[in-house]
Amino acid sequence: MKRILLTSLYLFLGTSVYAQGQQSFGGQLHGNFQLDGQWYLRDEGIDPSGEFYPDERFLGQGYANFIYNQGDFSGGLRYENYQNVMLGFPEGYRGEGITYRFLRFKQDNLDITVGNFYEQFGSGMIFRSYEERGLGYDNAMDGVRIKANPVKGLYIKGILGRQRFYFEKSPGLVRGIDAEYNLTEFLPRLDSAGYRWNIGGSYLSKYQRSNDPFLILPENVAAAGVRTQITKGAWAFQAEYAFKANDPSADNGYIYKDGNGIIANLSYSKNGLGIIAGFKRIDNMSFRSDRNGSTIDMLVNYLSPTTQVHTYALPALYQYATQINGEEGGQVEANYKFKRKTKIGGKYGTLLTANYSVAQSIDKDFVDDSNDTLKVLQGYYSDPMRRGQIPYFHDFNVKITKKLNKNFKFNLSYLNLFYNRSVLEDGLGDEAILNNPDNQKLLGADIFIFESLIKLKSKHYLRTETQLLTTKDDRGSMAMMLAEYSIAPHWFFSIQDIYNYGNPVIDQRLHYPLASVIYTEGTSRFQISYGRQQRGIFCVGGVCRVVPPSNGVSFSLTSSF
Amino acid sequence: MKKLTLLLALTFTTAILNAQELPSTMLKTLEGKKVDIKDVISSDGPTVISFWATWCKPCIKELTAFMDYAIDLEEELGVKVLAVSIDDSRNSARVAPLVQGQGWEYTVLLDENQDLKRNLGIVNVPFTLVLNNKGEIVWKHSGYSPGDEETLAEVVEEVAAGKSPSH
Repeated sequence: MKRILLTSLYLFLGTSVYAQGQQSFGGQLHGNFQLDGQWYLRDEGIDPSGEFYPDERFLGQGYANFIYNQGDFSGGLRYENYQNVMLGFPEGYRGEGITYRFLRFKQDNLDITVGNFYEQFGSGMIFRSYEERGLGYDNAMDGVRIKANPVKGLYIKGILGRQRFYFEKSPGLVRGIDAEYNLTEFLPRLDSAGYRWNIGGSYLSKYQRSNDPFLILPENVAAAGVRTQITKGAWAFQAEYAFKANDPSADNGYIYKDGNGIIANLSYSKNGLGIIAGFKRIDNMSFRSDRNGSTIDMLVNYLSPTTQVHTYALPALYQYATQINGEEGGQVEANYKFKRKTKIGGKYGTLLTANYSVAQSIDKDFVDDSNDTLKVLQGYYSDPMRRGQIPYFHDFNVKITKKLNKNFKFNLSYLNLFYNRSVLEDGLGDEAILNNPDNQKLLGADIFIFESLIKLKSKHYLRTETQLLTTKDDRGSMAMMLAEYSIAPHWFFSIQDIYNYGNPVIDQRLHYPLASVIYTEGTSRFQISYGRQQRGIFCVGGVCRVVPPSNGVSFSLTSSF
Repeated sequence: MKKLTLLLALTFTTAILNAQELPSTMLKTLEGKKVDIKDVISSDGPTVISFWATWCKPCIKELTAFMDYAIDLEEELGVKVLAVSIDDSRNSARVAPLVQGQGWEYTVLLDENQDLKRNLGIVNVPFTLVLNNKGEIVWKHSGYSPGDEETLAEVVEEVAAGKSPSH
């Protein structure tokens, strides 16, 4: 299969090269390249026993993507290289090879891809294959995808294949179909009344052989979802419901319980005001193409968090990760721009942002009753009308952004965080916590951030951040200072220090200094940094990985063409 | 493998000989309507395409800083600015409220499956492209540091005047 694909890619690309002389021909090649490396230094302050200090001393990894487009055809490949994989990335990445290649043909209302592809149904509650390179997440499909638009307003997608598992494939097959219809095409009166209304539905099935000596495991597991999106003027409403048949897995402790999930959002956006309120509840929705998979491996679906993603360094230490076995929560976020030339708005207008998000366990009744066979198989009962008892996370924050004059801009933020470390760091299950609720490791913190941007002269800017995190829990309070000097369009210098002054262990009251220089030339960027990194959890879109502490010189080169 | 390298080298040369254009890719409007990026770009003047995401702080800084320039460029030179969000479909619900709250007046499009981002070989956001009135990509830039908006405005003015960008 690999050889056939490569040969056809060769032929296909070969043809385009041949066609170069013809003026009507000639395609587009786009691509990118990234190389990261770090030379690690032994640092007894952050790692007394040396457990995180790699034997290799130097670790480096990189990849290059090539995508070629010509008329109705496109094709591409990615080469990846890990010598060896950097600290904190999944260990499964070891070695090198072509991990992604595809051919695609697109004409009129038909779009066919063979080889690797990324796709999602709706918000991804039953299916989403995607990559997040910074996280080491890649569950690319390898197979066939067909997209069609048979009738105006109707979009159909079909997929078939297996998912990537580092340099191998998952043992399970994934096949599914999705349809989305724009009702406005069918009911023109809706359109003239200003409504846009889409509905969609999807079905997906996974197949994995079972040869478990003790359990009769379902080999085919089906999942289905329905969704809708309605907008009128400033209002928008989205909702999605998904159902998954029983799928005993390592995640859920091999219980025979069906899973389900619901998400809904309502938003209003007009005249400088934007508000969104969202709700989510998921119950037993872990879905992998290998029932024994763990961490970020071979996930078929994607359950995004209903919490805000923080990019400031201190709040980012305590990011929320979606709990695929069950969670419920909500989020309200408001953005408002006070108009220019008003009392609060001042000369340039003032931005105000407020956000509240919360996540907790769902109701789970674990009480043992060996007479209730159904319950033994199901693991627990859950009543969607009852609230769960274990708080996982909350985040309340407000931020004011203001430009005082042509050369000075600042913003002020306050955050109040609650973070359940037993759940989010140690991965303890609800049952273990309910059995021993006093043993939970919790964290409550208040965070204050001041950021300023000063224009010194044309293309010369100084940006500073001052952050303070106060807490009695975990590593205790921390303060951070950062200064960045940029000379557009090429140079960027940054220096920062985090001081963990409130650590309950006196020896661990450390400084974490870090200095970086970045040089940018068009789409190429070279970065070199030297300093200490704290242990932490790095998250993108509710999917997280643990990053060990490190000290050293790191560099990164990215380029795209 | 050798063959493949040679082949890639050859295709690379081909691509350089041809001005880069946007590959036809479907995006969504904030109302949920599907549109081809090729049908949205301006034929009267330059188009700026800025890739961003609601969780990307430098992206929001860039779009906010560029807003001051964009108003004049749009009015005086017929420039069209497209802000393409690569947020996934859950986060894309947050796009419209955020755009309003920031007071941006850009045309906002959603690239939920990141098809356009991938087709253009973009690694990270923010990423900015400038197209001339023939739809050819004449300038690209990745990342954002304060002051980049000044360079971008200069580039757009040059492209509008039919010159090739000096940066």
